[in-house]
Amino acid sequence: MQTIKEIQDEIVDEFSMFEDWEERYQYMIDLGKTLPLIAPEYKTEDNIIKGCQSKVWVHAEMDDNKITFTADSDAIITKGIIAILIRTFSNQHPKDILDANTDFIDQIGLKEHLSPTRANGLVSMIKQIKLYAIAYQTQLQ
Amino acid sequence: MLDINLIRKDFPILKRQVNGKPLVYFDNAATSQTPQQVIDVIVDYYSNYNANIHRGVHALSQEATDKYEAARHTIQNHFNAKKAQEIIFTSGTTHAINLVANGFSKLINQDDELIVSALEHHSNIVPWQMLCEKTGAKLKVIPMTLEGELDMEAYTALLSEKTKLVFVNHISNALGTINPIKTIINQAHNFGAAVLIDGAQACPHIKPDVQALDVDFYVTSAHKICGPTGVGMLYGKEEWLNKMEPYQGGGEMIDQVTFEKTTYAGLPHKFEAGTPNICGGIAFGAALDYMNAIGFDKIATYEKELLDYGTEKLLEIEGLKIYGTSNNKTSVISFNLEGIHPYDVGTLLDKMGIAVRTGHHCAQPIMSFYNIPGTIRASFAFYNTKAEIDALVSGVKKAKMMLS
Repeated sequence: MQTIKEIQDEIVDEFSMFEDWEERYQYMIDLGKTLPLIAPEYKTEDNIIKGCQSKVWVHAEMDDNKITFTADSDAIITKGIIAILIRTFSNQHPKDILDANTDFIDQIGLKEHLSPTRANGLVSMIKQIKLYAIAYQTQLQ
Repeated sequence: MLDINLIRKDFPILKRQVNGKPLVYFDNAATSQTPQQVIDVIVDYYSNYNANIHRGVHALSQEATDKYEAARHTIQNHFNAKKAQEIIFTSGTTHAINLVANGFSKLINQDDELIVSALEHHSNIVPWQMLCEKTGAKLKVIPMTLEGELDMEAYTALLSEKTKLVFVNHISNALGTINPIKTIINQAHNFGAAVLIDGAQACPHIKPDVQALDVDFYVTSAHKICGPTGVGMLYGKEEWLNKMEPYQGGGEMIDQVTFEKTTYAGLPHKFEAGTPNICGGIAFGAALDYMNAIGFDKIATYEKELLDYGTEKLLEIEGLKIYGTSNNKTSVISFNLEGIHPYDVGTLLDKMGIAVRTGHHCAQPIMSFYNIPGTIRASFAFYNTKAEIDALVSGVKKAKMMLS
């Protein structure tokens, strides 16, 4: 199993091949379009994180001491970033999720999307991912 | 005719690059840019005569007081208020509305009704809801039509002897519709109701005459009219301002203070507690001078040209829908691309150096009416050009291609 850090390095590597913002964003848009991210029954009012601009839904489940995250958004670019976040945080141990950071987002040139003023729900989504990790970590102890 | 190239030279920010592209600034309805003439006034204030006003006997204080009061006169003349004391400096439109809503808390009771329109910014809804909660008065809503206009028949039907206050924006921030405020005011007055007009979106485009309108309250912000943020004004008819409770207590707004009883100062000071935004007030006056030197008639003619051009070019894009299609609107185009979230389009346009606003524009009831999460709003000012609109149109086409 790859560690969170290994996955993040891999993503940074992939993004380094893009020459300009257009290629970067086209890749994210394609990620956003193709990935089935969440089962419809979890796209509920309870799982919604309201940003001012776009909405995000997050659902978590634990199996074999690893958390699986599924998520969705009504905006495609937000969804593309969700896909990247899920690739790094899903299928990992709660403790590893708690120890991890999201500095790689800066390295791949998407920092502005994680700004608290952006109001797209992503900052709250990361907070929610960490909260799930805390909750499951407590269960394990 | 306006010499746009010459006008653009007044705005240093328009030379900026954003994300490596020349800035195309189409978020003027959120805030306008500031000309060098106004920036110079701000620099001059802090460089030469920064002092607290209305109390010092020293030269700087006197100079600052004179300039601040001169700005009040400029504003009075601009809006054609009968008296200078009917102009209250506020921190902006929101502050002005809250001041009036609070001022009415003892003039309203549970049998009264207030009328709001469906086209309002949240700042012209929430303070009144708070007033209703406090007093038990009821809030009635003038519905809107698909074109983004007010349903005036419904408005007439809502009015009654119970109506105490009507508050409507002069121009909708989300859609650009110019509301028939003269009719709204006249009809309300037939029932003895007072009317507050939120002019935040109107003042960059129109020079309102508060006496001709016979409006009871007119409010606006300086930063929409080439002035600085954090300053605005409330025009109120003297008889209303005298009846209203002060909003904030503090220095400057008092006559006599003892621990037993405080008596309030007269207008306008009764509503201007604390040290105001002195520099902002003076710069507000300078901004109006700047706009008047260009001329509101010329501004309106040119902006109409931009609106017509932008509307025509944007509508050539397949799947693009404009919200707010009144024949009577200012240079605001609120739109969406079919099946595409406005946030995505706004994000990509930003990458191309084009600044638009996306989202619900603090007017969620309008978005609910159209059943959309938000729109992309391009709002043009007199310093924008058709070439910039061409850049927007090709930007939208490119975003559409990337997102489809």
